[in-house]
Amino acid sequence: MAKKASTFFNMTLVLTAVCIVAGVVLGAVHRLTEEPVMRAEKAKQEQAVQEVAPDFDNDPLAEQYVCTLYAGTKEEMTLTVFPARQNGVFVGAAVESLTRKGFGGEISVMVGFDADSTIRNYRVLKHAETPGLGSKMEEWFRSDKNRQSILGLHPDKENLNVSKDGGQIDAITAATISSRAFLDAIQNAYRAFIQNPETIKP
Amino acid sequence: MITYLSIFITAVFVNNIVLAQFLGICPFLGVSKKVSTAWGMGMAVTFVMTIATIVTYLLQKYLLDTAGLQYLQTIVFILVIAALVQMVEIILKKVSPALYQALGVFLPLITTNCAILGVAILVIQKNFNLVESVVFAVSTAVGFTLALILFAGIREQLSLTKVPKAMQGIPIALIAAGLLAMAFMGFSGIKIG
Amino acid sequence: MNKRNILLNGIIRENPTFVLLLGMCPTLGTTTSAGNGMGMGLATLFVLICSNLVISCVKNLIPDKVRIPAFIVIIATFVTVLEMCMKAYMPALYASLGLFIPLIVVNCIVLGRAESFAAKHGWFDSLLDGLGTGLGFTLALTLLGAVREFLGSGKIFNLTLFPENYGILIFILAPGAFIALGYLIVLFNQLTRKS
Repeated sequence: MAKKASTFFNMTLVLTAVCIVAGVVLGAVHRLTEEPVMRAEKAKQEQAVQEVAPDFDNDPLAEQYVCTLYAGTKEEMTLTVFPARQNGVFVGAAVESLTRKGFGGEISVMVGFDADSTIRNYRVLKHAETPGLGSKMEEWFRSDKNRQSILGLHPDKENLNVSKDGGQIDAITAATISSRAFLDAIQNAYRAFIQNPETIKP
Repeated sequence: MITYLSIFITAVFVNNIVLAQFLGICPFLGVSKKVSTAWGMGMAVTFVMTIATIVTYLLQKYLLDTAGLQYLQTIVFILVIAALVQMVEIILKKVSPALYQALGVFLPLITTNCAILGVAILVIQKNFNLVESVVFAVSTAVGFTLALILFAGIREQLSLTKVPKAMQGIPIALIAAGLLAMAFMGFSGIKIG
Repeated sequence: MNKRNILLNGIIRENPTFVLLLGMCPTLGTTTSAGNGMGMGLATLFVLICSNLVISCVKNLIPDKVRIPAFIVIIATFVTVLEMCMKAYMPALYASLGLFIPLIVVNCIVLGRAESFAAKHGWFDSLLDGLGTGLGFTLALTLLGAVREFLGSGKIFNLTLFPENYGILIFILAPGAFIALGYLIVLFNQLTRKS
């Protein structure tokens, strides 16, 4: 087959054809993967809730509600709260929290609280911190070495800041900013959590 | 104002596009043998990056987002960038032959400079508004130019030294780049506002 | 050129990372661990094979002057397909590679192979070339990732070899990427020169 000559007609025709085929292929793949993508995201959320929230027998995803912090300012953010109940009694919640103070943009963390607001567990959902360092968040703040762990702490009674800022948590080595941002996300989660009237006030 | 300053400092020093984010490494290694060519490349990148970011930003907000076609982002952005580079080349040739003389040879290389596409995607991911995006694009390009020129300076010196045979050329340049990146790590932690 | 040579060419003699020095951005940016490096390599391998195959099939239909834009559209299509599939079926890997997946479009290796090989050869040779180049890239990235992970955190593929506290943190960070790759290329030069 001879090579097509570079006439204006040929060039336009070929480029248009290539783009149309590309568009059709992408549209088709998008439709095919749309549902699995949503399912994967939902499964991730579900799993995170299960991991961090206290044992529950309700459906926290069905009872989820949103909570707006810093309304009216540039910092305004909307967090989602997933209440956990055991035999209808409120036992705590998982809060999908975020912060914009990270090194590389937003960090999103799922934080679990007991009804009296102690931190039960957490799971980093999304971050864009330095690869290799930022991902340490997942392990660092639950390790019982030194003063790294935030599990079992109460955001109101304890000073949840990095020790450099006068707080009581050791920051990740060489990643103070990411650590600050992480703790900010935890505090945001707490702020959203205590707005729930069912929480036990100290 | 303080937001813009903070974006600027972060993009130039703290999160330098080349030395911390690994975008635009090809031109960083390819055209950094002499300081003068490094300048030319830096200017060309600044020019294209700013225009490309504005155009892709507007396309994303007013075309892709409104039509729900976000998944076409990659393909649309790269086509726009490629077309834009061609257009800039043609216009420069006609309007300012002097500038074309200076930047012309670098323009074709820019289409495959991943820093341009990277920044276009990053401003969407970071949820910047238009002004912030422009500031971010310009500062990223300044950071790129800065890294390129510093590195070219180092390589000009390196070419005068004796280096073991297996290390000549790229390997020693990479190791020097590593040390430069280490120096830039000193900026991490700087925060404004 | 016989088939075996086409395949081996991309892995050793024209290794994209160690010899041609192409695609440096993902090479440095995603190799914080062996697993990530391998993931990125395989993702690029997929795009390389598909784009090489399609381009070698349609090369005669595309007029010379619009060759490059047409190639870019074809490559971008496969990258987007890959992106959507990874999002759906491998969300964890997608999250850790992040920005570098869409950036495969501007990876010089992919366009380079399309332009210098697929545009001139038949579909089977092009497929082999894509496979060879992709494997060479994957091997290089996995190796660099393994070296960085080992020196930085004492693990390879998440398998602990020595306690993390003794790791040299810098190798996981940006400067370590440059330095580790520099020394790997030195080693590669030394080995290939002798044989």
